[in-house]
Amino acid sequence: MFGQLLIEGLAIGACYGLLGIAVAVIYKTSGVINFAQGEMGMLTTFVVYHFLTIYHFPFWAAFIAALIFAVTLGALIQVLFLRQAEDPTELGLLIITLGAELALMAIAGWKWGGDQKAIEFPLSIQSSYEPVKGFFINEWTIGVLLFVPLIMLALFLFFKYSTTGKAMRATQQNKDAAKLMGINVERIFALVWIISSVIGAIAAMFFAARSVVEPSFMMESFIRAFAGAVLGGLFSIPGVVLGGLMLGLIENFFGFYWPEWKPIVAFVVIVVILTIRPSGLFARHYVKKV
Amino acid sequence: MKHMKRRYYEDIELFSSGWSIFWTILLLAFLFTLPLYITPYYFLTLNLILVYIIAALGLNLLVGYTGQISLGHAGFFAIGAYGTTFLMSYFGIPFFIAILLAGLIAAFLGFIIGLPALRLEGPYLAIATLGFGLAIMHVIGRVEIFGGRIGMHTPPLDIGIPQLNLSYIIKSDIGMYFLILIVTIFMVIFIRNLTKTKVGRAFIAIRDDDIAAEVMGVNLAIYKTLAFAISAFCAAIAGAFYGFILGFFDPFTFNLIFSIILLAIIVVGGLGSILGSVMGACLVVYLQYSLLSNVGDLPYVGTFLIWISKKCFTVIGMQNISGLVLGLIMIGIIIFEPLGMYGIWIRIKNYWKTWPF
Repeated sequence: MFGQLLIEGLAIGACYGLLGIAVAVIYKTSGVINFAQGEMGMLTTFVVYHFLTIYHFPFWAAFIAALIFAVTLGALIQVLFLRQAEDPTELGLLIITLGAELALMAIAGWKWGGDQKAIEFPLSIQSSYEPVKGFFINEWTIGVLLFVPLIMLALFLFFKYSTTGKAMRATQQNKDAAKLMGINVERIFALVWIISSVIGAIAAMFFAARSVVEPSFMMESFIRAFAGAVLGGLFSIPGVVLGGLMLGLIENFFGFYWPEWKPIVAFVVIVVILTIRPSGLFARHYVKKV
Repeated sequence: MKHMKRRYYEDIELFSSGWSIFWTILLLAFLFTLPLYITPYYFLTLNLILVYIIAALGLNLLVGYTGQISLGHAGFFAIGAYGTTFLMSYFGIPFFIAILLAGLIAAFLGFIIGLPALRLEGPYLAIATLGFGLAIMHVIGRVEIFGGRIGMHTPPLDIGIPQLNLSYIIKSDIGMYFLILIVTIFMVIFIRNLTKTKVGRAFIAIRDDDIAAEVMGVNLAIYKTLAFAISAFCAAIAGAFYGFILGFFDPFTFNLIFSIILLAIIVVGGLGSILGSVMGACLVVYLQYSLLSNVGDLPYVGTFLIWISKKCFTVIGMQNISGLVLGLIMIGIIIFEPLGMYGIWIRIKNYWKTWPF
């Protein structure tokens, strides 16, 4: 039983970590917390649903279409909403993302209705293998646990070795200096949002495979993912994933022993940890300029 | 015309000139005689606007004046609603005492969340308050006395003291309107005066630069937690009235979207401005409850929206347009007028100041 909880906790935690990566990528580069991350993924998942059920595409085609949609959505939101704000405060950007969240949820509800729908994903949680005695594992878990490290590796290589990745790191460190060095900062931001949107969309699809799809299905997961990201420290991608994993484990274990208090445990843990280490577990301490 | 203030008294006085007193009296007269010219149908929305004004005042104190952030204020709303209802139903405590008690409980919890808030900022504070608000909701939802998942009904709104046989039960929307109006006016005066005192100046100092404020002798711990406590108190008072207006509520009424809408109200209205909170509350409540619940009834836009709903969207989901419009307004305000509706108002006033030249 313990091993079962462990594996499932890790899998869900990896999902949280994936969504957290999407949030952290944007936060690292532009200092904005994208509260609309969950909803962007949700909308993309609805697009998959639409292609699957209305146009009857095979899953892989719908998936590709959804990724294209995610790219457009990320770029659109950055260009239309965030770029326009002149000299924005942190709270102002937060409000913009909150507004985008409300708007996206409303669009999804308007277009597809608020009732719950189910999507057939190839990596279903229904299939079950038993590689080791007592351990049940399903395709979904395998998929998640393979995919997330892959993404982390890809991102790591991208940020470290590619020119665009270096440009992103430069923008994160000092936006104005990056501009002076000839980096097109606006395009970098758009790219960051695109990457984030795609990762978030994939995370949302993983979540959707476990439950029903409705306009608000990502809200709870997003809060948990964000909490996990904050736990691990928003500035480092491994930190974010580790935070998500920890949160998934804690949630799963507590969920087994105390099912009623499961949602609260996560937050209590986070508040406690934040009180002790205000910038998360794995980040450098948050230094503030006076 | 606004003159330069030469004495401290001029800074803190409520009415800066005879004209202010005149317009205020006119406004109050208009508000109190409103039932004479408006059909009772509108009073539900008016009551909701007043409730949101109270809550917005509190949250504005925290976010606009002290520079913190809270995504968990729905939890304090819930404490107000559940607390007052519970105290009145189970213990028979008179209304005014029950609401004050609920407010104090919420203030205490606000103080509690203020403590970790001393060390957190920005997104971390947002998550902590978010988690706190959700945790309150889950705890309330679990306790059976509070009705669990089914929720509670509010008792008859008896503002007298039943024990002394001095009952006065308010049954209609209009009666509630007068009650909430009086409370709202008190809250406006209270918050406005608060911002002009040492406490208010401490809040503003913390918002502008908390480290510098601390260096200048502002005790961050006291004032930050005080800001949380007062804003929680206001939210609870508003929540109590909200409960009575609805007549019935369950844990899911006070969800994250509720907190987000509250934040939207003060941002759209104008951070750090009392008039802004009032305007924001009027606009958002009017949008949510009146205009957009009956989108199809709008003259031209309505039919256009119904047509487009039939073509590419679902008609059932047309309710969601309110969310879409609210989200877009939030974004638009930040992009075009970061000072919110109050900023627009100031611009209009300044434009006409030098008219007709």
